[in-house]
Amino acid sequence: MHTGFLRFADAAYLKVSIILSLASIVAYWWYDPLEPANGGTWLGFTLGSIGAGLIVWLTLYGMRKRSYRSRMGTVQGWLSAHVYLGVSLIIIGTLHTGFQFGLNIHTLSYVLMLIVIFSGMWGVVLYARFPELITLNRNNLTRHSIFREISELDRKASLLVEALGSPIDRMVITSIQLFSVGGGVWSQLAAHDSSKMMIPIMKGDKRQWKKVGNSQQAYLLDMLAQQVSVCRDPAISAVLQELSDVIRTKSGLTGRLLKDIRMQGMLELWLYIHVPMTFALLAALSAHIVSVFYYW
Amino acid sequence: MAIVGSGVSDSAKYEIVVIGSGPAGLSAAARAAELGASHILLEASDQLALTIQRYQKGKHVMAEPGFLPLRSGIEFDAGTRENILSNWEQGAAKHKVNVAFRAEVIAITGEKGAFEIETRRGQRYHAKSIVLAIGLQGNPRLLGAPGQEADFVQYQLDDPDEYRDETIVVVGAGDAAIENALALATHNRVYIVNRRDEFARAKEGNLNKITDAINRGKVQGLFNTTVKEVIHKAEDNKPGVLLLNTADGEVRIPVNRVIARLGAIPPRDFVEKCGVQFPSDAPAAVPELSAQYESNVTGLYIIGALGGYPLIKQAMNQGYEAVEYIRGNPIKPVDHDLLAKKFAGLPFDYDVEEMLAFLRNEILLFKPVNPLRFRELILESNVFCPPPGDVIFARNDYTDSFYYVVDGWVEIVVDEEKDTRIRVTAGQFFGEMSLISGRRRSATVYAGEFCVLIETPRRSMMRLINSIDEVKRRIDEVFMLRAIHSQFAPNSDLSDLGELISSAELRNYNRGEVLFAEGEEGDELHLVRRGSLTVSRYINGRDVVLSYVPAGKYVGEMGLLGNIRRTASVRAAVPTETVVMKSGPFLQLLGRDPELKTQVEEQIRQRLSLNSRIEAGGEGGELLSFLMAQGLGEATDVLLIDESLCIRCDNCEKACADTHEGTSRLDREAGPTYAQIHVPTSCRHCEHPHCMKDCPPDAISRNASGEVTIADNCIGCGNCESNCPYGVIQMAYPGNKQPSVWSRILFGSEAKTTKSADAQKRAVKCDMCTSLKGGPACVRACPTGAAIRTSPENFVDLIKRGG
Ligand SMILES: Cc1cc2nc3c(=O)[nH]c(=O)nc-3n(C[C@H](O)[C@H](O)[C@H](O)COP(=O)(O)OP(=O)(O)OC[C@H]3O[C@@H](n4cnc5c(N)ncnc54)[C@H](O)[C@@H]3O)c2cc1C
Ligand code: HEM
Ligand code: SF4
Ligand code: SF4
Repeated sequence: MHTGFLRFADAAYLKVSIILSLASIVAYWWYDPLEPANGGTWLGFTLGSIGAGLIVWLTLYGMRKRSYRSRMGTVQGWLSAHVYLGVSLIIIGTLHTGFQFGLNIHTLSYVLMLIVIFSGMWGVVLYARFPELITLNRNNLTRHSIFREISELDRKASLLVEALGSPIDRMVITSIQLFSVGGGVWSQLAAHDSSKMMIPIMKGDKRQWKKVGNSQQAYLLDMLAQQVSVCRDPAISAVLQELSDVIRTKSGLTGRLLKDIRMQGMLELWLYIHVPMTFALLAALSAHIVSVFYYW
Repeated sequence: MAIVGSGVSDSAKYEIVVIGSGPAGLSAAARAAELGASHILLEASDQLALTIQRYQKGKHVMAEPGFLPLRSGIEFDAGTRENILSNWEQGAAKHKVNVAFRAEVIAITGEKGAFEIETRRGQRYHAKSIVLAIGLQGNPRLLGAPGQEADFVQYQLDDPDEYRDETIVVVGAGDAAIENALALATHNRVYIVNRRDEFARAKEGNLNKITDAINRGKVQGLFNTTVKEVIHKAEDNKPGVLLLNTADGEVRIPVNRVIARLGAIPPRDFVEKCGVQFPSDAPAAVPELSAQYESNVTGLYIIGALGGYPLIKQAMNQGYEAVEYIRGNPIKPVDHDLLAKKFAGLPFDYDVEEMLAFLRNEILLFKPVNPLRFRELILESNVFCPPPGDVIFARNDYTDSFYYVVDGWVEIVVDEEKDTRIRVTAGQFFGEMSLISGRRRSATVYAGEFCVLIETPRRSMMRLINSIDEVKRRIDEVFMLRAIHSQFAPNSDLSDLGELISSAELRNYNRGEVLFAEGEEGDELHLVRRGSLTVSRYINGRDVVLSYVPAGKYVGEMGLLGNIRRTASVRAAVPTETVVMKSGPFLQLLGRDPELKTQVEEQIRQRLSLNSRIEAGGEGGELLSFLMAQGLGEATDVLLIDESLCIRCDNCEKACADTHEGTSRLDREAGPTYAQIHVPTSCRHCEHPHCMKDCPPDAISRNASGEVTIADNCIGCGNCESNCPYGVIQMAYPGNKQPSVWSRILFGSEAKTTKSADAQKRAVKCDMCTSLKGGPACVRACPTGAAIRTSPENFVDLIKRGG
């Protein structure tokens, strides 16, 4: 029932892209200019114009995507064309250079273009793989419901510790207070869990509370396991077991949450290369065009 | 305004006693006062118009229907709740309306000229005539313990912040009780009394919150506890004491306040006890009334919501008119001019009343309809004379109105290829198929000569069918005849079908109910007339759905051809009605009609080949089961997201919000997923939209291309929001201006709504972007093709694909 953007209209734009690329190659191979191949020959000029036109049009995708009343095709169709014609720019752009590279604005434009294109291709790979993985990881929960379940588990844990007394109760409560996932871009992508908890340390006969890392509740789970092993009171032991189960479930959910945050981050992050580089490219391209015509 | 004290009986004999001070009763009492009739208005609560008082603060009250003029001594125009209530209070004072508050009527006895009316507090009133205008909201269920009428016992909580540092006992275990207890707990000492040992009736969210509050000691929970007595004696500086029976014996709690939230009792029982008859047991039934609003109990008039008129303006007009009629003034109803206009172009030289009488007489179906309902029906209908050859509706249109032929005839095309037509003549009706199935028109209808038609909207027809059994029966009869004829024997004569039709019967199935099971013996054929079915087989220890059978299609045909052991199970996907036919007469028909025989054989062949494909295909059948479990069996158009394509960019929601006043009508993330197919929260444009059921201004309708939409005359009452089982309707403020493409790109602006003082919340939901030429914006804005809109008939593709 569903058709992805790569297969949109039986991949018609793939065909267009292949034809365009082949035509460029044939023309390049067949055309024998008097001077060395470069952007200044009529073929070079033609390829350059097509390329620049394509780049501007590829940028316009961002507008079409947000023109919600537009009747000019569907966004899916636009993306399909964007992706396939965008890739054909590798060939068109490269042939346009005539393989003349140097440390100048012209080559800079070319490099920026390649960055945009390759980041785009990376994006397509992500789009093909991650959506399915996100669903599998979510296991029919929404992010909101994961948070809700975690706070429900916290509530259960805080009721359970009332039967245990110090210092376990404080450790559990602080693990709830110092629970922290997400944060900056980096910790999102690294699936970093910066949760902490407080533990009592005996210094001589003084007790001090120290903060320790509690990523995915691992520290707390260890603590609880140790407590169970030394506990002699069956009633207390039962409570500890139950508490461990609750924390283990929380740890599992946290794992899912981190993975979810990471994958959704990945789905977006590449655009932070693709789009700014597009604007850099447009600036460089304008400079390239102005300078070429100026020196002509 | 006079206020009669507790227990005092009023020896006066009033000409008119009005019961209930809503818009209907108030308007009646005001007219009585204006005319100088001796009267009293009895109101159960201690305010005028309790239903309106209970609207949310600042609600904008609409004056629908716009075309109807107001006829009342009391002012009413669209405006805020506060304005309207203060106008009404002033109006009541100006006319010197005689009101008694806290006078809930519990019994009416006697007869015209000598009625006796008794209230809960034991007062008695005497009346020559009674106007009953108690609305439909019902009365709160009382505590049912001695002392329950104490001042500190209340049945409603308007503003929890009004009370501080009090001891309050909330009685009840439903959502209202829980919400009140939680809201009061911030500043007061609160107990909640539950008759049972858990909160079984509450919503999940409320259940968690109250359990939490009780565990933390914020609210004291008393389970397995009932109220024994309310003692009116101050104790501990509190006005009274509540005596409770708990599992551990009696408990005394000195209280400032008791709030009982035990639900409402619908008024029907009380009304029936007064001797008023209802034409059917259906909950939607309204009492039989004369054109003058008089019930079968002479001298007892019924107006407003209780009489079946759900809007304020209608209620007020009726109040005025009822009093005029009681006083013997035969005024013309306020809609007289509207009807005159409606009848203006017709080729009959009758005045309005004669025309109504003629129509009622002419059309058999209307015989059982009382004159008042009939008048309303015509008012809601369209009367017209199409020229010969005009298309009344075309096959596959999504319209669902109902037509009667008053004069001349129409022609229904029953066989498109051969252009076989049948004639429907004066006195008969057509259009019942779509009305019943909720699906597209099954045939095209052309106007014949001298054609005069009445077209009645679905809503009005449904109301009629649901309240008058006789109308339903007559429509069903014709339906069966025509359905069988057009489905199986368009080219045979109706008389050939006699036996088949007389052996056929209608059957109802609840959601999930089994029509017949795999392995069973049986040879009945089911033609689905409403709802839909799933066909499934037991494969590898699991029940796998093989196909979906919508209204208009049939199942069980294999049994006809000698194979009487059922090869698959058939279940109702949603509440479903089928026409059941016996194999004997059907086989005779097959014998006579070789064409039909090939057609049935072809269907069997297709079904078998599809089945084997699915059995080989694996996941598809389970996906279909999943979709059916989401209620999609009653959908006509549904948004499905393939999560293996969805990049969670939410461009679909943004597109929806941008094109719909800033509120997205779909919630992409919410909703279940199976095999990567996700059913987001978005309108499915149901065959029989639940949302339409109870919309006072009839603002929800289905248009010819099938979309269910909400019009601008929505009054924001929220009924549809609670009636939609799929949670797709929201109450939202409109936002007129949306950010431009540029500000979205440059500043990342998002869609917005306005929330100014005079903005009014309205019901909003998916309208399939009917106002945009390109089609649904969500689907068109999805970059990857993850979002599609489709109809259940196409689900079979899913199966072929195997997932
Ligand atoms: C949320 C909401 C919003 C709405 N918005 C609108 C709108 O914008 N525009 C519109 O036109 N309509 C609106 N309606 C519909 C409108 O409220 C009703 O149609 C109207 O109130 C019906 O008037 P009524 O006089 O028949 O009954 P009601 O207004 O229900 O009045 C009945 C009165 O009788 C009293 N009573 C009940 N039983 C007894 C008894 N046994 N003895 C004595 N008194 C009794 C009640 O306390 C009450 O005061 C809305 C309805 C709801 C629920
Ligand atoms: C010079 C060439 C290109 C330019 C100038 C360009 C420009 C853009 C722009 C402006 C956007 C809009 C981002 C947004 O508003 O969200 C975009 C999105 C995108 N581009 Fe490109 N692009 C180019 C080449 C490519 C190529 C070659 C590919 C893939 C092979 C590609 C894949 C994508 C994808 C997948 C998106 C995201 C679609 C979405 O999520 O809506 N692009 N590009
Ligand atoms: S709003 Fe709800 S009940 Fe109404 S058509 Fe849509 S899904 Fe069905
Ligand atoms: S627009 Fe398409 S890809 Fe984006 S969230 Fe909606 S369904 Fe998913």
